[in-house]
Amino acid sequence: MTTPAVEITGLVHRFRGGAGAAAVDGLDLTVAAGEVFGLLGPNGAGKTTTLRVVNTLLPVQQGRVTVFGLDVSRHATQVRRLLGYVPQQLSVEGALTGRKNVEWFARLYDVPRRNRAARVDEALAAMDLFDAADRLAGTYSGGMIRRLELAQALVGDPALLVLDEPTVGLDPIARDGVWDRVRAMRAERGMTVLLTTHYMEEADELCDTVALMHRGRLAAAGSPAQLKADLGPDASLEDVFRHHAGIDLAASGKEGIRDVRRSRATARKLG
Amino acid sequence: MTSVAAAPPRESWVEPPLTLIRRTTALSLVELQKLRHDHTELLTRTVQPLLWLLVFGQIFARIRAIPTGPVSYLAYLTPGILAQSALFVAIFFGIQIIWDRDAGILTKVMVTPTPRQAIVAAKAFAAGVRGLSPVVVLIPVALLLGVSVTANPLRILAAAVAVMLGAGFFACLSMAIAGLAGTRDRLMGFGQVLTMPLFFASNALYPIEIMPTWLQVVSHVNPLTYLVDALRGLLIGTPAHLTLDFAVLLGATAVGIWVSGALLGRLVR
Repeated sequence: MTTPAVEITGLVHRFRGGAGAAAVDGLDLTVAAGEVFGLLGPNGAGKTTTLRVVNTLLPVQQGRVTVFGLDVSRHATQVRRLLGYVPQQLSVEGALTGRKNVEWFARLYDVPRRNRAARVDEALAAMDLFDAADRLAGTYSGGMIRRLELAQALVGDPALLVLDEPTVGLDPIARDGVWDRVRAMRAERGMTVLLTTHYMEEADELCDTVALMHRGRLAAAGSPAQLKADLGPDASLEDVFRHHAGIDLAASGKEGIRDVRRSRATARKLG
Repeated sequence: MTSVAAAPPRESWVEPPLTLIRRTTALSLVELQKLRHDHTELLTRTVQPLLWLLVFGQIFARIRAIPTGPVSYLAYLTPGILAQSALFVAIFFGIQIIWDRDAGILTKVMVTPTPRQAIVAAKAFAAGVRGLSPVVVLIPVALLLGVSVTANPLRILAAAVAVMLGAGFFACLSMAIAGLAGTRDRLMGFGQVLTMPLFFASNALYPIEIMPTWLQVVSHVNPLTYLVDALRGLLIGTPAHLTLDFAVLLGATAVGIWVSGALLGRLVR
């Protein structure tokens, strides 16, 4: 049997000062190797927290998480060698050129010196940034920065690409550009992609499997087509979410944002 | 499809230190490249130490209030101001790491197989390089004021190493506080609280011998004292405990890198 890319069993995570409710509350999840897996849900559903446990930024407080069979609690460094990660914020060094930004990550991922220049060029070309590679990243548009971040994540040839809200804040054209690149990367390299989003359209377009999260728990999981078909012939993922969570995504999103803000503000005050 | 072994590969004992060095080098290169785009900071860093030397130094040299033995007060003060500028450059360096956290850059680097200690060591290196910029301006000014500074390139090189170690330690102290404080505002507060006590409880402005006993005790556990002692010995030629000074600076920087690296994870939780 093929080792799953990610296996999460009984994951519970609470933030200090997070007023009672767990950010992730008994989550069980399996991401098969080679698939594009989307964690969906409103703000505050626990998607990003789950992702940050998988990518070793947060400790496993309760439960077990493995990446390609490696326990993230015991083998964090080895797990990091398998990951490429793009966070929610647009985060590149604006004072460096696009090429230098990618070279930097090539070094951090131990790309051998003899292959480094070629791998950097390849990653930049894959993201359609080759012509802009020698411009300062600070002059890039939001969509270009996001693609540059994908190039940074790609240059280490990750087995698991983790994308946290990859298109949030991007205009529709830039969003399409990111989707195209993710599809192309997956087709060329066969890597596993784990992404979070609260755009149902994005999940429908990109994902083989989606898991709907609500208040830290798994509300439903399956292929978008299967989840919709189970509900009815004209059902959308939005309808699926409403059916399983018992609440409208937009309304839940507002509530979620309030919860997250309150929880984070409290946590920061308490340090 | 990418195939991945489930069992973690075994590392030889040389791999962790080699990885630490490789990653520190990679991150230090990025810090240097960033610095190349920010010349103004290097210049503005020299204003305050110049004022200390030109105003405070000249006035206190005239009133002869501080006993400095066979060397003039300006000569005595110059290494103290160099050390002070390294302290002032580095003590708010934790703000940079909080900025990197808020911008998502720290998070991204921490998801790579990079030891936490390499991330802070590179920042400490950057603080050291920034700490050198006042040296380049201050020594010629001190020469113009009649201070006899060594022309021995080895001694100047050793002084530069001492400044980098001192600035590196104070940057680590600041990053450790950043790991505990978590926000820029709190870090600024801690920095303000620490800076002047570290400065006044050292031999930067006056000899330890004229301090009250309790302050002498504090000054002996203050790494700034050892930085000043090393700089005086190397640049002015006053008696110094160079072996002890460099041992303390190296030890303090190594401990600082380890502790602030260990606290770095708190920043992204």
